Amino acid sequence: MAQDDNDGKDLTVADSSVADHHDEAHPGTAVVSRDAFTDPGLVPHRKRVTDLDPKKEKHAERTVYTLFYLSIVGSIWAIAAYMLFPIESNNVGDVRLNTLFIGVGLTLALLAIGFGAVHWGKALMVDDEGVDIRHLTRGSDETRAAAVEIFDVANKESGFGRRTLIRNSLIGALIVFPLPAVVLFRGLAPQDENPVELLSHTMWKKGTRLALDPSGVAIKATDVTLGSAFHVIPEDLNDLEHGKLEEKAKAAVLLMRLRPEDLNELPERADWSYDGIVAYSKICTHVGCPVALYEQQTHHLLCPCHQSQFDVSNHCEVIFGPAKRPLPQLPIAVDSEGYLIAQSDFLEPVGPSFWERS
Amino acid sequence: MRENKKTAGASRRKTGRRHPLATVALIAIGLGVTGGAYAAVNTSTASAETQIAAQSTIEEGEKLFQANCATCHGMGAAGTDSGPSLIGVGAAAVDFQVGTGRMPMQMNGPQAEEKPVQFTDEQVKALANYVASLGPGPSIPEDHLTNGGGDASNGAELFRINCAMCHNVAGAGGALTEGKFAPALDTVTGVHIYEAMVTGPQNMPVFNDLNISPEDKRDIITYLQYVQDNRSPGGFELGSLGPVAEGLFIWIFGLGAIVALTVWITAKSN
Repeated sequence: MAQDDNDGKDLTVADSSVADHHDEAHPGTAVVSRDAFTDPGLVPHRKRVTDLDPKKEKHAERTVYTLFYLSIVGSIWAIAAYMLFPIESNNVGDVRLNTLFIGVGLTLALLAIGFGAVHWGKALMVDDEGVDIRHLTRGSDETRAAAVEIFDVANKESGFGRRTLIRNSLIGALIVFPLPAVVLFRGLAPQDENPVELLSHTMWKKGTRLALDPSGVAIKATDVTLGSAFHVIPEDLNDLEHGKLEEKAKAAVLLMRLRPEDLNELPERADWSYDGIVAYSKICTHVGCPVALYEQQTHHLLCPCHQSQFDVSNHCEVIFGPAKRPLPQLPIAVDSEGYLIAQSDFLEPVGPSFWERS
Repeated sequence: MRENKKTAGASRRKTGRRHPLATVALIAIGLGVTGGAYAAVNTSTASAETQIAAQSTIEEGEKLFQANCATCHGMGAAGTDSGPSLIGVGAAAVDFQVGTGRMPMQMNGPQAEEKPVQFTDEQVKALANYVASLGPGPSIPEDHLTNGGGDASNGAELFRINCAMCHNVAGAGGALTEGKFAPALDTVTGVHIYEAMVTGPQNMPVFNDLNISPEDKRDIITYLQYVQDNRSPGGFELGSLGPVAEGLFIWIFGLGAIVALTVWITAKSN
């Protein structure tokens, strides 16, 4: 209160008062250098053209009220556009016109008010410059004493400090209050199932046929010609009634056929492919985007999200980008009818790393 | 009734006269036999004619091939170090590569790019016939599969699953590795889209008829034509590139406008 009692009364430029306040101000921890250059004072006030020229003032006034009238026009146009361009047919073109013209009206309505108000303030409202001197951060002793007094009185009148049973039960209630939220949000997580187990296993199991996405038609090995890329789901995925998308998100597979001599397979995975046909998880090991940009000549797989590249001919090892692990390979074989089947589930969790992943 | 007719016929035979319809029947049989025989002879000559025509275009195609393609693909199209063998790629591959101007290639680069077509339609056809004669391969698709008369929503689903990761969900194209890219599909004809799916040009994988059936391919073409014909309901597409183009736009123009307004509001009025 002490330093800031101008009470809205703007001081006209007064160098002496500024100097006085400098003397009073507590330097605090600020380093005051000895050879600080002298305060040049305030820039002299320059009058606006609207103050000097009545014609310009009139002009500015006209501009401001024209803007406000424009805003009215914009609002009315938005109402009219809502009726003139209804979304009644099933044509998406209607949506475009409706949103476009309502949007134009509303934009005009709001922007014109804003521009008008700012222009009014800048060009027409009184243009006196004033100085409010910065006050001390610390309040005066009287203010501080008054604040303590307020707390004391409140404590006495409410009995907060005296009636400890009430106080403690209130604190207890406030602590317990967020618990329902914790329990409710826990309910969103998988129930009775270990999330680590869920993340570690997919629908693939021994003998599951590889099927086309989205039709679920099983794929024969002879269907997969050289250079082909098939987007694959487990054959029984479409029979699921619940959690189809969750299962698909883990079990999605990309099936490719390369020349067998182009494949450089790890010795322990020698029987995981069939005549140059290989199946890899489509879920990126970086953050789980679907990796399906397959180049049939270079045998590179590109993830569109962060440009990780995997080399299919070299057991999908990472050759570029932020992914840290190769894409998991699905071991495949051919059953007696010539259909491609899985030998087992993926032997490692698919997708990005998680805390408990070994 | 039958009895009556029979008795009536018997009485006429007795008179020694033929049934009045017998002449008509005889003429009809005679005409039918001669007409059929003529038609049979006629078709055989017609097919012989087309065969001769095909043979002549194959020869013309071979000459064109030797003049324009053999440098890289070899004299018998068996391939060299600079170009792959074309035996068994089929007419569809030639019609796509030459018909979109990708071949003959102008220079080596990450991939052969679309450019003005170098040959007339007849020459492309002749080249296609020549290459198709070297070994069996996919042929140029029929019109009913490429004219966009299919189910656009089924095509959209298949496009999202099989194509959108490279070609963008609106067919606007996208980047691949090391300078290669999947081209935009908005100006590509239905025939060329079909041929690209069947043959897998350059780094595009092959989508054979057992992966995406001919009817499904027709639906995908229908979807692409639908996207071309129906403008985006959201307004200006910014190249349909999604968050990249939209983010850049809002950072430059949205934030730019906010900065400009802030400067204007705080500037002194003159």
